[in-house]
Amino acid sequence: MFIQALIAGIAVGSVYALIALGMVLIYKASSVINFSQGALVMIGAYITYAVVTGIPAPLWITIPIAIGLSALLGVVIERLIFRYMTGVDLIAVIMVTLGISFLLEGSTTAIWGTLNYSFPKILPEMSFSLGGIHISEVYIWSFIFSMVILIMFTLFFKYSKIGLRMRAVADNQKASISLGIHPGKMISLSWAISCVVATIGGVMLANIKLLNLGLSGIGILVFPVVILGGLDSIIGAVLGGFIIGILGSLSAVYAGGLMGGAVDQVVSFVILLIILLVKPYGLFGTKETLRL
Amino acid sequence: MILDVKDIEVYYNNVILAIEDINISIEQGQIVSLLGANGAGKSTCLKAISGLLEVEKGRVTRGEIYFEGKRVDQLGAIERVKSGICLVAEGRQLLKTLTVEENLKVGSLIRKDSASVIKDDLERMYTYFPILKQRAKQVSETLSGGEQQMLVIARTIMMRPKLLLLDEPSLGLAPLIAAAVISEIHRINQELGTTILLVEQNAALALPISNKAYIITNGRVALCSTPEEMKKIDLRDYYLGRKRAAI
Repeated sequence: MFIQALIAGIAVGSVYALIALGMVLIYKASSVINFSQGALVMIGAYITYAVVTGIPAPLWITIPIAIGLSALLGVVIERLIFRYMTGVDLIAVIMVTLGISFLLEGSTTAIWGTLNYSFPKILPEMSFSLGGIHISEVYIWSFIFSMVILIMFTLFFKYSKIGLRMRAVADNQKASISLGIHPGKMISLSWAISCVVATIGGVMLANIKLLNLGLSGIGILVFPVVILGGLDSIIGAVLGGFIIGILGSLSAVYAGGLMGGAVDQVVSFVILLIILLVKPYGLFGTKETLRL
Repeated sequence: MILDVKDIEVYYNNVILAIEDINISIEQGQIVSLLGANGAGKSTCLKAISGLLEVEKGRVTRGEIYFEGKRVDQLGAIERVKSGICLVAEGRQLLKTLTVEENLKVGSLIRKDSASVIKDDLERMYTYFPILKQRAKQVSETLSGGEQQMLVIARTIMMRPKLLLLDEPSLGLAPLIAAAVISEIHRINQELGTTILLVEQNAALALPISNKAYIITNGRVALCSTPEEMKKIDLRDYYLGRKRAAI
């Protein structure tokens, strides 16, 4: 029982981690707290669904198309909206991200309606059992994807020239301009990457659950993950995802019987409250310090 | 003439007049100093040349700036950086979450040179500022003030500028450190042939390495002369406002 709950927690946690990564990327590059991440997850899953079922081509053609469209969506959002919001109050920016969220949910309803869709099997079959417990392949795949993406991100930011430029912009935009780096382009790119990661998370979730409008609710569930890990820490997002995922799944098993059904969904918010009281910058977040 | 600033006037927010009328010219390979008290318009002048005024809601409202014979005052900041005008802004604009070596690498990103040429340049920076080599893997935020200043200068040299604009490199540094930084700036000019426009309040530091100096008061050039001539006059008259630019 414990092991099963633990594995389920790690699997759900790795999806949380993926989605949290997207939020952290955007926050690092442009200090925008993106409340529309959940809606991006949802629309990404719908886009992938539409491309995979709509285009009669093998997956190695359709999946890159879906990924490309997601990246394009990110660039469009940045170019049309956030490019004009530099130096605007934080609260206004947050409202705009909520607005985007409503816009995406509304458009999805208009295009696909409110039905449940079952997502086509796009992940290769894989069976795995641990100590006699069978583990669903979707869980394994989401774990593998989040680990691969985490490693790719780490290498990208450490060794690639573009990664270095993105870190420079995230660190100090004025200094970046004087070093010949265009902040707008880098922020655009971080929106693109963030949308791609959201789409991958969305496909995982749609494989675990069903494809419907409810997917965007993940944005709120992931928020405690980002706060726990620290808004600007990639490793924090990943560890935060696992911690919240495991705690949620353990509490569902052990406290669910005592307190009724959905205790696992409450637990993450209880954790959020405690973190905000004890460690407001998260486990790995940067504390703003000013040195004279 | 590598840089020619002609009759510029600069406003911030369309209402604050920061520069009334300034003319500056620099020959290839020279070090030229802008001296003057706080608020005289020295830093604004560097921002006007580098194009970074736009970030601070400032604008050149009159006059022209020519770099290598081409007019640049209409260009954006990044285009000017790419044409070879590089600014070391005041306040040590570090990329504080990056390591020392990463900071230097970011400087080299605009160049098209091969990796081995850039690696040689990195080693050259470490010979100019040996302390940076010891600190190479350290996050730059942890450096002392003097080391931070050395790092931002070295990072800008990694861009291989044709014209280096330096805004008060001695500000807030202990006298010995400030002198060391100034002497490395001189060495860079001598060895790499980089043309330098140096803004300083500390005339005693700046004059010995300069070919020419301007004194700025109230957004105008009050005096332009050789360092030898400058030493004969009492600069305090200009710093304290007893003498100012003739209008």
